[in-house]
Amino acid sequence: MTTLSASPTAADPSVQTPPVTAAQAPAAAAGAAAAQQQSLTFAKALTLAMADSMAADDTVVIFGEDVGVLGGVFRITDGLTKRFGRERCFDTPLAESGIVGMAVGMAMNGMKPVVEMQFDAFAYPAFEQVVSHVAKMANRTKGKVRLPMVIRIPYAGGIGGVEHHCDSSEAYYVHTPGLTVLAPSTAADAYLMLRDAISSPDPVVFLEPKKLYFARENVDIDALRAAFESTAAATSIGRAVIAREGTDATLIAYGPSVPTALAAADAAAAEGRSLQVIDVRSLVPFDDETVCSAVRRTGRAVVIAEAPGFASVAAEIVARVQERCFHSLAAPLRRVTGFDIPYPAPKLEQHYLPGVDRILDVVDELQWEDQ
Amino acid sequence: MNQLSIPVLTDELMLPSLQPVRLIDETGTAAAGRTSKENYPLPEEQTLLRGYAQLVTGRRVNDQASALVRQGRMAVYPSSHGQEACQVAAAMCLADGDWLFPTYRDTVAVMARGVDPVQVMELLRGSWHSGYDPYEHNVATQSTPLATQLLHAVGVAHAAKLRGQDTVVLALCGDGASSEGDFHEALNFAAVFHLPVVFFVQNNEYAISVPLSQQSVAPSLAHKAIGYGMPGERVDGNDLAALLAVLGNVVQRARGGGGPSLVEAHTYRMQSHTNADDASRYRTEDEVRAWEPRDPLLRLRSYLLAANLLTDAEEGRIAADAEAVATVLRDGLNAEVTVDPQDLFRFVYSTPTPQLIEQAQLLAEELSREGATS
Ligand SMILES: Cc1ncc(C[n+]2csc(CCOP(=O)(O)OP(=O)(O)O)c2C)c(N)n1
Ligand SMILES: [Mg+2]
Repeated sequence: MTTLSASPTAADPSVQTPPVTAAQAPAAAAGAAAAQQQSLTFAKALTLAMADSMAADDTVVIFGEDVGVLGGVFRITDGLTKRFGRERCFDTPLAESGIVGMAVGMAMNGMKPVVEMQFDAFAYPAFEQVVSHVAKMANRTKGKVRLPMVIRIPYAGGIGGVEHHCDSSEAYYVHTPGLTVLAPSTAADAYLMLRDAISSPDPVVFLEPKKLYFARENVDIDALRAAFESTAAATSIGRAVIAREGTDATLIAYGPSVPTALAAADAAAAEGRSLQVIDVRSLVPFDDETVCSAVRRTGRAVVIAEAPGFASVAAEIVARVQERCFHSLAAPLRRVTGFDIPYPAPKLEQHYLPGVDRILDVVDELQWEDQ
Repeated sequence: MNQLSIPVLTDELMLPSLQPVRLIDETGTAAAGRTSKENYPLPEEQTLLRGYAQLVTGRRVNDQASALVRQGRMAVYPSSHGQEACQVAAAMCLADGDWLFPTYRDTVAVMARGVDPVQVMELLRGSWHSGYDPYEHNVATQSTPLATQLLHAVGVAHAAKLRGQDTVVLALCGDGASSEGDFHEALNFAAVFHLPVVFFVQNNEYAISVPLSQQSVAPSLAHKAIGYGMPGERVDGNDLAALLAVLGNVVQRARGGGGPSLVEAHTYRMQSHTNADDASRYRTEDEVRAWEPRDPLLRLRSYLLAANLLTDAEEGRIAADAEAVATVLRDGLNAEVTVDPQDLFRFVYSTPTPQLIEQAQLLAEELSREGATS
């Protein structure tokens, strides 16, 4: 089998977008010449990551609902069955507990399953398998049985989807010790982090913000591949990145909220306020160091997340930063999150989602007058 | 209870017929169910005529709704085009106090039970999760998480039994949903507690892109019934007469204390899964075309015409009734719907929590500031 040579994507090089910022690609890629960059969607970056992982490692198999001939309802597995055959990428009967449970067994027997849950809320039938087995197997067996598997979940809202298609379910997973939980926000990270997830010896819940699937970005894919190969030891797992530099306050976000935070920082800049944006990327393990040192520099922070705020990832981030940075803070940390309600119907979601105005309102309340 | 009319559950009763029960064939000729284990009589003429009118309305609703999606008036519509006989039969076989548990694809069945067409569409036009009151017509909310509603149906039936209500519950699901764990749990519970539930599987050959052959290798889905200890039956899902006969039979059995049944209807999803799907990626045009002559409307129409039951005047009246429903849908969905942002907070708990009251306040302030600046 070839290694990393084939490029099965149909990225359209005629569509050019501005080059990625430092935050949107690792240093290796950011330094590459613009000529080598190609326009790539977040979705295609994921496809490419799976294809490259499958080409590099025969034990990587993909399965789930409609992932075979159809290529997934979001086309993330498009072309994989054709290229790698039905044994490597296949449809299962329609049963999420079955999919995840079978993945556990396959991982126990030397394979690396990458399974797709069709939507966030349709992963719930698999919850028993995830919580009681996927998360606990290594601990129960004192490390003898490790489960190198990835559960990919298209997640969160902002797409006008009807009920059960827009849940931000990350808190359930991060609250389950034993799971690595990742949520990329850029195409470059989608590629790198999915490859890291597939390479991880631990089970990974990989959250893919649906609203970013078709966002385009210029990416130097060869540089990304090289970055993955050369820095395999220093993975994206457990490492936050600074998505935008700023000096007055820090916006901490992940997944679908990162572009919102960046937009808020743009708007604030127009009003003369310099906001830094951190992309947490890796919810578990959490990068205390990057986040806390950033907040110490600005002294003010707002955490932004789509999920309901009560007992959420955002709540955990606020608690951790407050515990560690108390003496560097000029104001209490604040949160801008979804309301504590079920995800609303499409015509109401604009009121629910954290938006630029709501973020800037909270930034305004960070006790600037005390300076 | 002394239920002498209820036969003992023999293997023969629990195993489905070798061929799906069919009473009217594709040419519109009565085939009188000779291949089936039970000798199902043809439904009465007036029942068939009433059913035909509902089929025409159902088809019109499906096509109108799909058009409204194309016009941007609805977010999405999973059409039951081609499956109207199943939809209409599921509604017609029930008595007034009975319950229906539908899925996202069963809009036509929901309307056929009397639910207001525009209210039904509230979910799919994106203004709220369920636009109708389930208690008004004993129609549960349309369920999207697959097979989950089957257990709710079991619960309603169990409560009905304990409360001495004369209620039958009919629960719908698809072929794909029969693979979910909840499907198994629901059938087993219903059988163990001997409850008046009819599980009605519309086998339309596909679960989005996945064909039945990759879903199950059982001889038929109806064969699963015997594994739970209940009767199973298979029926031509495009033959309204056969559907009414078979469903009527199991509803009657359930009402008489005979317990649950599983009915599998063989039909076909003539269109893509929803407007967001592209079925050409996984099935051929030829396959779809082969199902066109089996259309449930054509067949019943031919039969009624040959039997001189359907006059020109009658057809005109039926078409006008269907058009009237389509007009209601069009007018209702073309009108701008007003959504109250405060509804976000009103129904989550019986009394909003202090946190929700705060959040409702925050949103109200934001909106009033926006209102002031715009
Ligand atoms: C638990 C769950 N998993 C996945 C889905 C996504 N999904 C919606 S419809 C569907 C296919 C269902 O097929 P089937 O049961 O045959 O019903 P049909 O759509 O053909 O009427 C899938 C996979 C879902 N709604 N719920
Ligand atoms: Mg189906």
